Amino acid sequence: MPRLHKAKKVLMASKTLFEKIWEQHVVRANPDGRTLLYIDLHLVHEVTSPQAFEGLRLAGLPLRRPDRTVATVDHNVPTTANRTLIADPIAAQQIETLRRNCRDFRVQFFDIDSAEQGIVHVIGPELGLTQPGMTIVCGDSHTSTHGAFGALAFGIGTSEVEHVLATQCLWQKKPKTMEIVVDGELPLGATAKDIALGIIGRMGTDGATSHVIEYRGEAVRALSMEGRMTLCNMSIEAGARAGMIAPDETTFDYMRGRRFAPKALDKAIAHWETLRSDEGVRFDSTVKIDASALEPFVTWGTNPGMVAPITGRVPDPNSALSEADQQAVARALEYMNLKPGTAMEDIEVDRVFIGSCTNARIEDLRLTAELVRGYHVHPRVRAMVVPGSQQVKREAESEGLDRVFRAAGFDWRESGCSMCLGMNPDILKPGERCASTSNRNFEGRQGRGGRTHLVSPPMAAAAAITGHFTDVRKWRFKEAQSA
Amino acid sequence: MRAFREHTGIAAPLGRNNVDTDQIIPKQFLKRIERTGYGEFLFYDWRSDGEGKPQPDFVLNRPEFTGASVLIAGKNFGCGSSREHAAWALSDYGFRAVVAPTFADIFTTNAGNNGILLVKLSEAEVQSLLQRAQQIPDYKLHISLVERTIRDDQGFSASFPIDDFRRNCLLEGLDEIGLTLKHDPEISAYESRIAQRGW
Repeated sequence: MPRLHKAKKVLMASKTLFEKIWEQHVVRANPDGRTLLYIDLHLVHEVTSPQAFEGLRLAGLPLRRPDRTVATVDHNVPTTANRTLIADPIAAQQIETLRRNCRDFRVQFFDIDSAEQGIVHVIGPELGLTQPGMTIVCGDSHTSTHGAFGALAFGIGTSEVEHVLATQCLWQKKPKTMEIVVDGELPLGATAKDIALGIIGRMGTDGATSHVIEYRGEAVRALSMEGRMTLCNMSIEAGARAGMIAPDETTFDYMRGRRFAPKALDKAIAHWETLRSDEGVRFDSTVKIDASALEPFVTWGTNPGMVAPITGRVPDPNSALSEADQQAVARALEYMNLKPGTAMEDIEVDRVFIGSCTNARIEDLRLTAELVRGYHVHPRVRAMVVPGSQQVKREAESEGLDRVFRAAGFDWRESGCSMCLGMNPDILKPGERCASTSNRNFEGRQGRGGRTHLVSPPMAAAAAITGHFTDVRKWRFKEAQSA
Repeated sequence: MRAFREHTGIAAPLGRNNVDTDQIIPKQFLKRIERTGYGEFLFYDWRSDGEGKPQPDFVLNRPEFTGASVLIAGKNFGCGSSREHAAWALSDYGFRAVVAPTFADIFTTNAGNNGILLVKLSEAEVQSLLQRAQQIPDYKLHISLVERTIRDDQGFSASFPIDDFRRNCLLEGLDEIGLTLKHDPEISAYESRIAQRGW
């Protein structure tokens, strides 16, 4: 009997990181399997919130926890100087609506001209709002970004935004768990973006549907917080409900000195240290990736799973396994205007976009600036750098990165989502081809008829200089010739 | 929310996998602050050319599918962006149900919150329905959420899974916020517990 007792105890104690956070947030568990989950932090932006605030007004409900709600404008703000005058009256009205809603419901709001403005998934972490162990939601699918801190963070629709505003809770069915173990060392020239694209290329855009991913393994541990955010950001592109990484010293170091980080940080860290999957715990599924075999990737199609290494070629539709896949590849190549068998390095680009919640943090800009220093953007190419936030922009400018980019012929912009989704004036013209550090290459995503290739920031920078996709591992770095 | 119990309607075949919400409602229509009026922009970039003229080949522009209220599509329908505008556009256009082998997670919730029933069938069943909708004139599907069944008048019949909570909300047209606010004491108790954490 004592042995049985012990075995049961071990079994009960064994939990994944996700299960620990989940259990710590259960307000109520219903017999039908639904759980009322408490939400620690609700991030709000202008596009998916107006109808939710309107719903509160119509129902005469208060906002339950203004202190757990933070808002900014990012999706449709212009990225040009003097941008407070917005030419698009509908965008201006949407921004004004958020301004009024935040005033009326007493929500902390980082307006277009504030020093904290930026992409919601960039400012949450940099302000210390995002913390390990939290549940975080936002009316935006890339909320998975915050999982990099060991938080359970996921995107929601506007009805759910309204539900969280009113109740600070959400009804959830417990998702399944998936571990993605990335062992080995990432080769020079490959980045967190390439881990993400490598994973999605392998499992497809629905490979992790209904699952919460935990990224593990030495290549994940070795990533900076910026790299971890890039990786978790793209979880949704594999269909995952969320992606997360257990917090460690890298995480705790990042939290120190952040404006909204816990005041009693040591006490918080003592709790955060318990937020890791127990030894030997079972996940519903396991995927293993060898980081040392990864290369810089470039997407060739119209979803992030349609991807090839830079040394690869555009695929032949006839080589796809099923009839549906053959049709999908053929349709994608037609939209992208690419011929099967074309070497990825031979694809020429017209535009380069360095930005978005995936890759517009300070580390991304440092890495990219190093590469373009002393070079100039190809005459055919128009390239822009859109820092993820005002804070990133200031930091980059204090390091002189803006001068490096400008000297190389890049546009240096104000912060926002910009050409990742083209809700503001930054869009592709029909037929234009873009090397983009963003997260989605869907048809028309960056502008109707625009052709998007997803890449890492170094790969985007190299394409800007040479005018075509270029293996960044062969890049010759130059010392500064101009500044 | 509009309740869903039984529905019979014209079925439109959209035989593509991975239909993302950027296609269902492109970004240029997300700047509005209303919940209604998105129907005319549904699948905008597929329905019309660059000048706004209709593309005659697109399924919703074909006269035989005028008034369609059931959409049949490939796997992973609704992937990508969390924009609930996709559900609003489908609903506003007149769709009451979407039939597909699989659906993306966030879209599943958004559809449910807008009274759109998602009917999950096997790949083979969906293929069969796509063919029937292409070939049989005036093709209609009958869906019963009460029975959890879908059938046509030509012998197709299948049952589909749906979780009890979602089914109940749809059958009754229940408002989730109203349901949750009944648990206010439990939420308050949870809040007092976490207020004592000390950091």
